[in-house]
Amino acid sequence: MAIFSQEEAQALMKKALSFSKADECEINFNGSVGGNIRYARNSVSTSGSVSQTSMVISSAFGKKLGVVTLNEYDDKSIESAVRRSEELAQLAPENPEYMPMLGPQNFAAPSPRLYDQKTGDMTPKQRTDMVAQSLQVAKDGKLTAAGFLQNQGAFSAMMNSKGLFAYNKSSDINFSITMRTTDGAGSGYASRDFEDFNDMDTLKLSQIAGKKASGSAGAKALEPGKYTVILEPAAGVVLLENLYGGLDARSADEGRSFLSKKGGGTKLGEKLLDERVNIYSDPQDPRMPTSTWSGEGLPQEKISWIEKGVIKNLFYSRYWAQKKGVKPVPGPSGVIMEGGDASLEDLIKSTEKGILVTRLWYIRPVDPQTLLYTGLTRDGTFYIENGQIKFPVKNFRFNESPVIMLNNLEALGKPERTVSGESFQSALIPPMKIRDFTFSSLSDAV
Amino acid sequence: MKRKDFLYLTGMGFGGAMLSRIPVIGAPISAEAALHGGIDVAVKKRMADIALNAARSKGASYTDVRIGRYLRQFVVTRENKVQNVVNTESYGMGIRVLANGCWGFAATDKMDNDSIARAAYEAVAIAKENARIQSEPVQLAPQKGYGEVSWKTPIEKNGFEVPIKDKVDLLLKVNDTAMKAGANYITSVIFLVNEQKYFASTDGSYIDQDVHRIWPTFFATKIDPATGKFETRNALSAPRGMGYEYVIPRDSDKIKGMPTMLYRDRYDMIEDAGLAGAQGGEKLKAKSVEPGKYDLILDPSNLWLTIHESVGHPSELDRVLGYEANFAGTSFLTLDKWKSGKFNFGSKHVNIVADKLQPGSLGAVGYDDEGVKCGKWDIIKDGILVNYQTIRDQAHIIGLNASQGCCFADSWSDVQFQRMPNISLQAGKTPLTPQEMIKNVEKGIYIIGDSSFSIDQQRYNFQFSGQLYYEVRNGKIVGMLNDVAYQSNTQEFWNSCSAICDQRDYRLGGSFFDGKGQPEQVSAVSHGSATTRFNGVNIINTARKI
Repeated sequence: MAIFSQEEAQALMKKALSFSKADECEINFNGSVGGNIRYARNSVSTSGSVSQTSMVISSAFGKKLGVVTLNEYDDKSIESAVRRSEELAQLAPENPEYMPMLGPQNFAAPSPRLYDQKTGDMTPKQRTDMVAQSLQVAKDGKLTAAGFLQNQGAFSAMMNSKGLFAYNKSSDINFSITMRTTDGAGSGYASRDFEDFNDMDTLKLSQIAGKKASGSAGAKALEPGKYTVILEPAAGVVLLENLYGGLDARSADEGRSFLSKKGGGTKLGEKLLDERVNIYSDPQDPRMPTSTWSGEGLPQEKISWIEKGVIKNLFYSRYWAQKKGVKPVPGPSGVIMEGGDASLEDLIKSTEKGILVTRLWYIRPVDPQTLLYTGLTRDGTFYIENGQIKFPVKNFRFNESPVIMLNNLEALGKPERTVSGESFQSALIPPMKIRDFTFSSLSDAV
Repeated sequence: MKRKDFLYLTGMGFGGAMLSRIPVIGAPISAEAALHGGIDVAVKKRMADIALNAARSKGASYTDVRIGRYLRQFVVTRENKVQNVVNTESYGMGIRVLANGCWGFAATDKMDNDSIARAAYEAVAIAKENARIQSEPVQLAPQKGYGEVSWKTPIEKNGFEVPIKDKVDLLLKVNDTAMKAGANYITSVIFLVNEQKYFASTDGSYIDQDVHRIWPTFFATKIDPATGKFETRNALSAPRGMGYEYVIPRDSDKIKGMPTMLYRDRYDMIEDAGLAGAQGGEKLKAKSVEPGKYDLILDPSNLWLTIHESVGHPSELDRVLGYEANFAGTSFLTLDKWKSGKFNFGSKHVNIVADKLQPGSLGAVGYDDEGVKCGKWDIIKDGILVNYQTIRDQAHIIGLNASQGCCFADSWSDVQFQRMPNISLQAGKTPLTPQEMIKNVEKGIYIIGDSSFSIDQQRYNFQFSGQLYYEVRNGKIVGMLNDVAYQSNTQEFWNSCSAICDQRDYRLGGSFFDGKGQPEQVSAVSHGSATTRFNGVNIINTARKI
């Protein structure tokens, strides 16, 4: 059994705490079940299933912490693990940044959409059937498919001797598909990540990837330079996540962040981006539910990060918050960027000259001072003229900062759920039209 | 463990954005628990046989079993404090079967007889289900069984046996030295890995291996509050397939006379930290580069990553064939180029070998994760593409009747697949030192250390940065540069290779976190080279204003 109910988890964790003789003791308990199929060259390459649980026991004496893990839950195993963590704590070096464990917290109930049992319990046959639909698209379109389907059910729980208790169950299904023309001249991609496998349409996504593959064959080379671009959500998210993932108070306060100011201080409260940029996170939003508690045991609440282009909040670890005399703020979870009502097609129609970018890939930081990133377009890049897609273009390397990009904002479309191909985290992001996006060289890759 | 999880653990990553993600590195255990010798070989053989027999009883035509105990230790400090001491252990079993011509895999961390048998049945059930949509049956290259054999990384000093206090003392001294030399912030880490891997297959192999790796590193940052600018200088160490001896300095392993000290098979972490502390300030004052064409002189601490991305990945046969099309990508080194026997990958100076046995390297093992004995072979010979890297179920595609031993899984819970062996550029045959190389350069940049890296999905277009850039004018280093990145095309770049220093300058670089596959797996791999010259490479200026 890898998915423990709240009552089962609570009982075992209480048992573990009952053995504790340390100043403080905390139990983290989690487990998952799941399976996957990977396919390529129109055939299954690997597939498997894995199920596991683990209980982590942390005991503290003063600022000294000892940690032990186990995956056998009889009384004797648990008691000996608790004793062991206490011995280790006595031997550990003191951590001056150690924070006392949290007391009871009020966690909001998670969205009921966070967990779907059937998604965790999918059978090999269900997975194979979903992949068979994708392979059929490849066969019908004379394309070569490579894809990946993975499902998982999981539970996560936390309890400590100060009275904190947190528990949730979550499920996840992830699918990505690359279709290529048999001559290798065209390539298209689609991906999604959901909590409920009923939301995952492998057929439709495979058709989208197939269409992009056929449409991207025979790409023409354009000169690198500054272009107006439309970034589909899958392309935009890989740059945006480095912006909202970089809103860390400590590095900004320490002077080593794009949010640090000349002469000291941070850009918190300053307008850094176009006023149409609004980014917040909300774990309870049913469009993208996440856990209502953080790994530190803090409530994850709805919070605005960027409002009308102004840096509204930074995240603070418990240690840094105490040092600065502010409330600790966990990092963004369940990120939503507001947009408008325009569809991707509307954005294309309103573009005189530009480039449609469907995916960005191999994103790496170049300069943390300016949040400059490099990477490439991939799997379908198209030239737009007079509101229409004219022809596919060869891929580009870009060097661009999300800060500069969000100052060069032309228009936002309707947000949709997407999953980052870099961090594998989901977000709700609009398609974005950006002017003067910097492409610095051409790539021959398809 | 993924690269980003490591960054998180060391506090260098996304900060709070990652807090909701528990690093997927196994579960924490005690330092002492990590020392217990592991599971008895006889017990492992008994457990493996249960899995082999269970899979056979359900109709598997081939089965292999990997029982893994993966130990990791991180000691993380910043400035004058210990931030994190983490020991993790991950223990379990992965069972891979062939049934009805298709692969199936299941993994369990419950190691009782029933759980093992259940996992084996599950693997067979998955294989049979997937066989429905399989277009052609798996063809395995023949492999003889080796009986009961073992292999161990030849280490001098087991890092797990060194008291935590010694590591903490070393790192705090490193931090103090860097800060006295000018750094404002420093995070330093010692990262140890011990993979205790047991492999058994229906071919009759029972292989017990004990693999060790170490990576000492730091990130030192200098801030100029007046301008609001900051610069970081990372350690010039390499992760190695060695024991704790790697961090015990030895004078004969130092390369002197260059703008900073460089290290062969022993690393002086304190000395390097002192240099880094001072160089952070120099980087802040360095001249911003004028973009254009320059001759590059690349130190092995920079070139290893370019070799990794532009030679290592495109010569992976599974990428060439399309198995990675949905994630890491495919390759420009298509089969027709190899078959022609004339594909001009690089200049005549370029000789690149794959080597799974190289002492001190991250990829060195006796046998791969499908029971194939490891070896060494040419990939690029005198500039021509001559071979790939492959495994048992793909060897037949390039006409081989045996695997090259490139199969690896990063955990018992992940299925093994083709991973890169150590891929290295051979040193030049004519005596040449880096100083002599620089003397012949009119307009160039000498680059030390690795930094930003990015390459396309077929491995044509790349962009790399470094830690230290020195401007070379008329044979002399004239000062430090900043805001430098080199952009090129793989084939053009390797054809611009005009000189390679000799064996005396040969050193290993490498990565603990080479990512590939879905779900993503990491592997550790080394890349050796001597200092190498490339003519007329495009340099861009990366400075921006926000």
